[in-house]
Amino acid sequence: MQNWTITSSPHIRAEDNTKNIMTDVIIALLPCIIAGIIFFGYRVTALLAIAIFTSVGTEHLWCKIMGKRSSIKDLSAVVSAIILTLMLPPTAPLWIPLVGSLFMIPIAKLAFGGLGQNFINPAAAGRGFLLASWPVIMTTWTAPWVPLTLLSNPNVVTTATPLAQSVAQLPSYLSLYIGTTAGCIGETSVLAILIGLIYLLWRRVIKIDVPFIFVAVVFILSFCTGADPVYQILSGGLMFGAVFMATDYSTSPLTKQGSWIYAAGLGVLTFLIRTFGGYPEGVCYSILIMNCLVPLIDKIPTKARVR
Amino acid sequence: MPKISFKGGVHPKDHKHTTRYLHITNIPATKEIVLPLSQHIGGRSNPVVKPGDEVKIGDLIAESAGVVSANIHASVSGKVIAIEPRLHNSGYNVESVVIENDGKYTIGYTKEDNKWSDMSAHDIIERVKRGGIVGMGGATFPTHVKLAPPKDKPIDSVILNGAECEPYITSDHRLMLEFPEKVVVGLKIIMRALNANNGYIAIEENKRDAIDTIKAYIAPEDNIKVVTCAVKYPQGAEKTLIKAATKRLVPHGRLPMDVGVCVDNVATASAIYDIVVNNKPLVDRIVTVAGGAIKTPKNFCVPFGVPIGYLIEQAGGLNTADELAANSVIMGGPMMGVAQFSLDAPITKGSNALLALTDEEAFKGSETACLRCGKCIEACPMNLQPIRLYESGKLRDVGRARDASITDCIECGACTFVCPAKKHIVQYIRVMKSVLSKN
Repeated sequence: MQNWTITSSPHIRAEDNTKNIMTDVIIALLPCIIAGIIFFGYRVTALLAIAIFTSVGTEHLWCKIMGKRSSIKDLSAVVSAIILTLMLPPTAPLWIPLVGSLFMIPIAKLAFGGLGQNFINPAAAGRGFLLASWPVIMTTWTAPWVPLTLLSNPNVVTTATPLAQSVAQLPSYLSLYIGTTAGCIGETSVLAILIGLIYLLWRRVIKIDVPFIFVAVVFILSFCTGADPVYQILSGGLMFGAVFMATDYSTSPLTKQGSWIYAAGLGVLTFLIRTFGGYPEGVCYSILIMNCLVPLIDKIPTKARVR
Repeated sequence: MPKISFKGGVHPKDHKHTTRYLHITNIPATKEIVLPLSQHIGGRSNPVVKPGDEVKIGDLIAESAGVVSANIHASVSGKVIAIEPRLHNSGYNVESVVIENDGKYTIGYTKEDNKWSDMSAHDIIERVKRGGIVGMGGATFPTHVKLAPPKDKPIDSVILNGAECEPYITSDHRLMLEFPEKVVVGLKIIMRALNANNGYIAIEENKRDAIDTIKAYIAPEDNIKVVTCAVKYPQGAEKTLIKAATKRLVPHGRLPMDVGVCVDNVATASAIYDIVVNNKPLVDRIVTVAGGAIKTPKNFCVPFGVPIGYLIEQAGGLNTADELAANSVIMGGPMMGVAQFSLDAPITKGSNALLALTDEEAFKGSETACLRCGKCIEACPMNLQPIRLYESGKLRDVGRARDASITDCIECGACTFVCPAKKHIVQYIRVMKSVLSKN
């Protein structure tokens, strides 16, 4: 008897694993982080550090308490923490990422069985929770390049995000594209988001289908109803959500056809919330609602090719 | 020429460079030869010799039992010393004829040089049946059964499968380079037996030299097309090949003959040539011995029944350095082959390769959580949802398995290869298939 591994075929595997994929997502998020730091200062790094530390710590602790092997090495908690932070306003108090992470990781992710089992996007759930609980904090934005202090920023003049502004004060397309407008840390710079998108596409981590259909539907519906379509797709959290949250593996449909339905639904809901809803921004809630429909979408049978 | 392809599939590193330029070398047999009575799909053959009998190369030692079965011939000359259960490369003990090699290699059949074009379809099929020819790509389905489809299922197209999409293996590649005539004439014989008008030889694009060599042996009036396939696994899967070459879809639960197509491996065509033209039964085959743990990879022409340990020895043995030590020894390709636990398992009719893979090459690890990334669905050439099949296998849920069309799965392993969570998807599908077959 030889000391060889006896396994069922295939005996070779592709190099991809969960950690590599998460590392790629983190790399893709770097341009947004850098843009955030450039526009809103080093305070961003403190918010990031708190979110990452809390998220990873909570996950590790949870696994220990549940008697499971710690899953923090797959880096998915880091990804969720970064995405959550990038959706916070730059003036958010330091306890905001802490509380957000404490909701996001144990309740939205681990309570359902952890990575791959969670039915809603943890970061979107975290943000939804914060927005519903502290709406003023979560919708107070400052213009870029305003010096911010670490602990409190009571004197900073707040500005509405472009989506909540009247037509007369609208920033130019260019400043929306570069990101020199008021908004959430990582959401303002469409340029940085697109760099991340290109990286993810190049590494084949995601496909263009979902972001493209999502943004295209918002564009078309805005155009048809007389809103400025370019403006609608460049502002708010649309690009960020389309690239980094709508493409989340766990909470989007498995099949290609399913993902088209999902993306179109996201576009319609975002448009409806933006146009008729009480919130100026609809991306986060659209994603949460569509996440809940994914198990249903996955039930739509795909035809086996050979029939 | 436009290349053909299919939806799905994966791109494992092909690792073919170590053996693709190596000529086929003949090696002598070992002192003891073990010929399992089950080297094919179907009924186990009935032995026609008994211990003490003298046999010569090509002598019938076991005859086909039933419709789907095949003859087995002695691969060496010598004395039958036992008929007993011996280890088979499938991992089971199988009743086998054990022959003591006398080292003389006396041939027991008369060498002929027949004019195949004068033969009738019936004569050809009888010869193929007598020769014990089975599908040599690995499936080992008795070829004479394929050559005689029911009357209401006429075959108009024959596809020779020279795709050789599994990594490491170059046995079919070398065969096409060194014996192109056998391959092409073998195809013509099959076309004649089936009265088929169209012939195709499908070869992956990475074997340009084989494509050119084969083309030189084809005359315009032969009605044979060499089709270039994209380099992608599993390009050589029967149903994907049929779709790619003829644009025909084999319906769910049906066979290639239902769409008028017959697919055979190039090595099978060459074996058909041997029996029909030269009267030589199937007693040996080309085997690639490769992998990072093999000292000097080779392409051997191997008499059936020699143990795999001997083949490894003939290829310089296993590397001794720690980082190059064998992690697993596989009969067949790395995607669909069978892991071996003993050096005693014999080479049989379906053994196209023997691989010894190092730790770095072979996967050794455990499953992590499914990410729902959908890469398995994208990779599946049969348009199934492997993750659903996997779940049904974990839960032993027959209904789920049927809903997800488990019987359409060809077990190619593309889903499992590509899975970032390293799920043993195919293994669970196999478990579930066996549960279903018991129900």
